Amino acid sequence: MNTQSNHVPESPLGPQGTAPAALSPTRPMYWSVRRELWENRSIYIAPLAVAAVYLFGFLISLFWVPRRMRAMAGHDLTPSIVLAMPYSHAAMLIMLIAFLVGIFYSLDALHGERRDRSILFWKSLPVSDLTTVLSKAGIALVALPLLVVAITVTLQLIMLLLSGAVRLVSSDSAATPWAPPLFEMQLVLLYGTTVLALWHAPIYCWFLLVSGWARRAAFLWAVLPPLAIAAVENIAFHTSYLGSLLQNRLFGFAAGAFDLKDKNGVPVDAHFIPLAQLAPGRFFSSPSLWLGLVFAAICLAAAVRLRRYREPI
Amino acid sequence: MTVIEARGLRKAFGTTLALDGVNLRLEEGRILGIIGPNGAGKSTALNAILGLIPYQGDLKVLGRDPWGERDQLMCEVCFIADVAVLPRWIRVSQALDYVAGVHPRFDRAKAESFLAKTDIKRSSKVRELSKGMVTQLHLALVMAIDAKLLVLDEPTLGLDLLYRKQFYDSLLNDYFDRSRTIVVTTHQVEDVQHVLTDLMFINRGRIVLDCSMEEFESRYLEVTVHPEHVAAARALKPFHERQVLGRSILLFDLTFDHQGRQQLAALGDVRAPSIADLFVAMLGDKPGNQAGQTLGVAR
Repeated sequence: MNTQSNHVPESPLGPQGTAPAALSPTRPMYWSVRRELWENRSIYIAPLAVAAVYLFGFLISLFWVPRRMRAMAGHDLTPSIVLAMPYSHAAMLIMLIAFLVGIFYSLDALHGERRDRSILFWKSLPVSDLTTVLSKAGIALVALPLLVVAITVTLQLIMLLLSGAVRLVSSDSAATPWAPPLFEMQLVLLYGTTVLALWHAPIYCWFLLVSGWARRAAFLWAVLPPLAIAAVENIAFHTSYLGSLLQNRLFGFAAGAFDLKDKNGVPVDAHFIPLAQLAPGRFFSSPSLWLGLVFAAICLAAAVRLRRYREPI
Repeated sequence: MTVIEARGLRKAFGTTLALDGVNLRLEEGRILGIIGPNGAGKSTALNAILGLIPYQGDLKVLGRDPWGERDQLMCEVCFIADVAVLPRWIRVSQALDYVAGVHPRFDRAKAESFLAKTDIKRSSKVRELSKGMVTQLHLALVMAIDAKLLVLDEPTLGLDLLYRKQFYDSLLNDYFDRSRTIVVTTHQVEDVQHVLTDLMFINRGRIVLDCSMEEFESRYLEVTVHPEHVAAARALKPFHERQVLGRSILLFDLTFDHQGRQQLAALGDVRAPSIADLFVAMLGDKPGNQAGQTLGVAR
């Protein structure tokens, strides 16, 4: 090292060459995440495209709203729920798309780099396997939920502006309500995406692990074994612990994180869940959440270890 | 400074021994060529040096254990693996950004100036580049890294003669200096004959020959024997003989016979053999031939 630093750089282009300053430890992480977004543009293009299509449909539907409101008048739905519906459908749709994108991303994340041999290039750079695996998990667990919130909030604001504009030109009576309690809905959305990411973390991390392990057909390896074990359990013991565990892992967040009945015992409509119905205390103290997170951490640790041994396929 | 030191390096894939007790010591400032038939264990040896596979035996690269400290080691070691492994989706500008982002010893200006001499556009994706251009890009990235050890595994596979020539010229003129070390494996032996400082033949996981190029040139002699002297030349125990255009070409190992050179000069035209000819003589024509084992006197 000493002899190196005493050298005068011969190349006129290399004034920085003599000072290989230590990079901050977060830089490889930052660039690894950017790299994932370069490679997998569907991460943001898919939800954006769906949002655009949805917006188009909403724009057309705007002209039918007064008629629909009148049609709904006979039902027991409250106007605020009818108003909230298109907004919450938008949020649900984008969350669903993000879930699908996350699943397929995770399944390919550690598989694609072995398939196209580029793992040899990535491994030729001073980026640890831990950083790489964490950056990939971070896409599914942090970047996608953030994108969901950002895209949904933007979409909903555009929808609100559009319906406001339509209302101005369509000479509706001023008394008719036209906007849902959007700010409250968006706070619930923020809570909901956080809860969902934590609840689904073991699914994404399991898929990441399988993508690092399977030589081919990663999707089948990820999905079939749990289903097969559940089926065997069902046939052999006539029980379905694993089956209900899997089902709970997919959908259980709703019952865990929200009070689905209000204080009078009346079921809450999923299109508009008021802030009062959130149950963060119960959710964050539930053992299933933490067991799931432990499972997720084990999957990630195994994926890190596996990546050290993995070669191109 | 010793860059690579391996003792009793072994690696088995199932029941096949890819490396069977390899001893290797490489000093700073050398360019070592590892030559061997397919499946000889060359890539396995390089992968072990790079920390890509676990192994048995002692191995230190720049004083570090490659398997345990790959990511730190990669600050000072660069490698280009066989046939361009740059991801096909990446843009040239993204590749530059990324390496500049993660590598503390990357000099972006140097990579840019190297790329400026090529036809590679910043906005192109790797999949749009020709094979030769991908290698140029990879070389530009690697040469801009101030590394101590550069490992090249078949770097010029599938490239035409011009690209290959250019590749080694750039490496020697713009990159190599006495503080750097290069290890290269290739089947295109003739390309590297005048590049190497050290030569190693490897076969079936064992080192068959390990010498510097000076030793190589003083030790091996190729004689195109005049027809009337063939019998006399054969009496001097060549270890290989081949016929070219009706003339006998004999290969001699002069390790223990320093008088041999004058004797042989009287029998025909004498010159240093090419690496390729020596390789064929030692490993080539007869499978199961023991020549490799008996002649290979490892240092």
